[in-house]
Amino acid sequence: MKLVGEKGVKRILMAVAFSAISALLLITLFIINEGLPFIFKYGIKDFLFASDWNPAQGKFGIFPMIAASLWVTFGAMIIGAPLGVAVALFLSEYAPRPLMKAVKPTIELLAAIPSVVYGFIGVVVLAPFIRSYFGGPGLSLLAGCIILGIMILPTVISISIDSIMAVPRSYREGSLALGATTWQTIHMVTIKASKSGIIASIILGLGRAVGETMAVIMVSGNSVNIPHAATDSVRTLTANIALEMSYATGMHREALFATGVVLFIGIIILNSFASVALRKRTAKR
Amino acid sequence: MRIDPRHTQKAAVAILAGATVLVLLILVFIIVFILEKGLPVVNLQFLTTNPQEMGRSGGIFPTIIGTIILPVVALLIATPLGVFTAVYLSEYTRENTLTRIIRFGTDCLAGIPSIIFGLFGYIFFVITLQMGWSIMAGSLTLAVMVLPTIIRTSEEAVRAVPKVYREVSFSLGASGWQTVRKVILPNALPGIVTGVMLSIGRSIGETAAVIFTAGSSLRIPTSAFDSVRTMAVHFYLLAREGISQENAYGTAATLIIAVLIVNLTAYWIMNRFIARRG
Repeated sequence: MKLVGEKGVKRILMAVAFSAISALLLITLFIINEGLPFIFKYGIKDFLFASDWNPAQGKFGIFPMIAASLWVTFGAMIIGAPLGVAVALFLSEYAPRPLMKAVKPTIELLAAIPSVVYGFIGVVVLAPFIRSYFGGPGLSLLAGCIILGIMILPTVISISIDSIMAVPRSYREGSLALGATTWQTIHMVTIKASKSGIIASIILGLGRAVGETMAVIMVSGNSVNIPHAATDSVRTLTANIALEMSYATGMHREALFATGVVLFIGIIILNSFASVALRKRTAKR
Repeated sequence: MRIDPRHTQKAAVAILAGATVLVLLILVFIIVFILEKGLPVVNLQFLTTNPQEMGRSGGIFPTIIGTIILPVVALLIATPLGVFTAVYLSEYTRENTLTRIIRFGTDCLAGIPSIIFGLFGYIFFVITLQMGWSIMAGSLTLAVMVLPTIIRTSEEAVRAVPKVYREVSFSLGASGWQTVRKVILPNALPGIVTGVMLSIGRSIGETAAVIFTAGSSLRIPTSAFDSVRTMAVHFYLLAREGISQENAYGTAATLIIAVLIVNLTAYWIMNRFIARRG
């Protein structure tokens, strides 16, 4: 009995294989279709570089949100990247194999914790701490940076470990044979050889930070401000969309989709950098 | 002045080990904090009764239903798509422009933040396809979101099946599809299941993509086009609108336990898979 022959199977599988790319195209198409006309109607310059967001009066300048997103992401990188790379180096270079095999999946559980839980921890633990030691409202840019810094750790750590482990053993042996200490070997040989993978891990972490929504809404205060201090309350692009989407109509809704377009373009740019860095890593081998 | 390399060596080990301990402590702190505050609230009654006054009192039963049903339907949709994509990529074609495009698309999709999935799901499934805030719209959105994970883990699992198995199957006269069905898929199954479990874990904790597509109704759904509220959404609303701190902790504890069980099961399956392969 043959319903479809081998050729038929191949054709069906090929059609299915296009599901991911079709989904991507649909997403791009719908987000752009909803948001882009608004950007041109309102004016690119006014939309991106004006600081007045007041939907009730038809003002839709998202510059404060762009600034907030950039600052939060930058802060998350300052906290998460060194910490993540340090953990990756320890686990791959110093820790005995069984220890690494136990610790790596444990750390990856950080990725499994829902972002609302991170947000909640930020609200009940971090914000009061910041309020009493640094002043300000507590729910702030700083709180956002710390929570996001933690949230990008699993991404930075797993991808860094993979690329550090991919450095050929002979490189390390050569360095050690010349009398270098393990640390000298790490920072003069191993890090250099796995540089593009580590950079890719950080960029992917940044992508995660820019796109994170629920945790950021909960911890960063959400006032539309260009931040002047780390303790200021800020609203990111993602928060702007999620906070107002439930009741927005007309121009306002289009403006939120337009915010989505800006976010989408930012993410695609970041991810292209990451995939270039990763490809460089594989090409070298 | 030159610092003795042996000293820098010691300092480096201390700092790197310290960083690792710190990260582990953060993880332990988050889990212990939530469980310590939340577990006292969780009991059979909390899990099996309906919420009263928007969740101020009562249990979380409908949100448990929502949390189970959305990921299950999402994975019923995404798993066949993902696995067949993986089979096509590894068994039916060589590396060429087409596979590069498919892989690039998969990578891009994996990097898209959940709020964008939420926007897309809302405008496409909820509005354009007129599904309304519903299980269907929520599950389809989640399915698109987890598809890249399923494709990647399945492709790895399918590629890990030794070449000899295929050769033996072909030499016995089996067709390509028979080989896929009877030899490759059964051997790749644990790897595929791991990917599915990880995707379920991600779907359970997802909020941004779900709240705009499945809505937040607290009623028990009777059809695929009813709105549901998941535990993650419920927890978010309780915590953010300050409805009930106590029930928020209880919901968070239940959510964390569910996510941990799913993820630990995934690791367990993966380890057995690796152990079996030797």
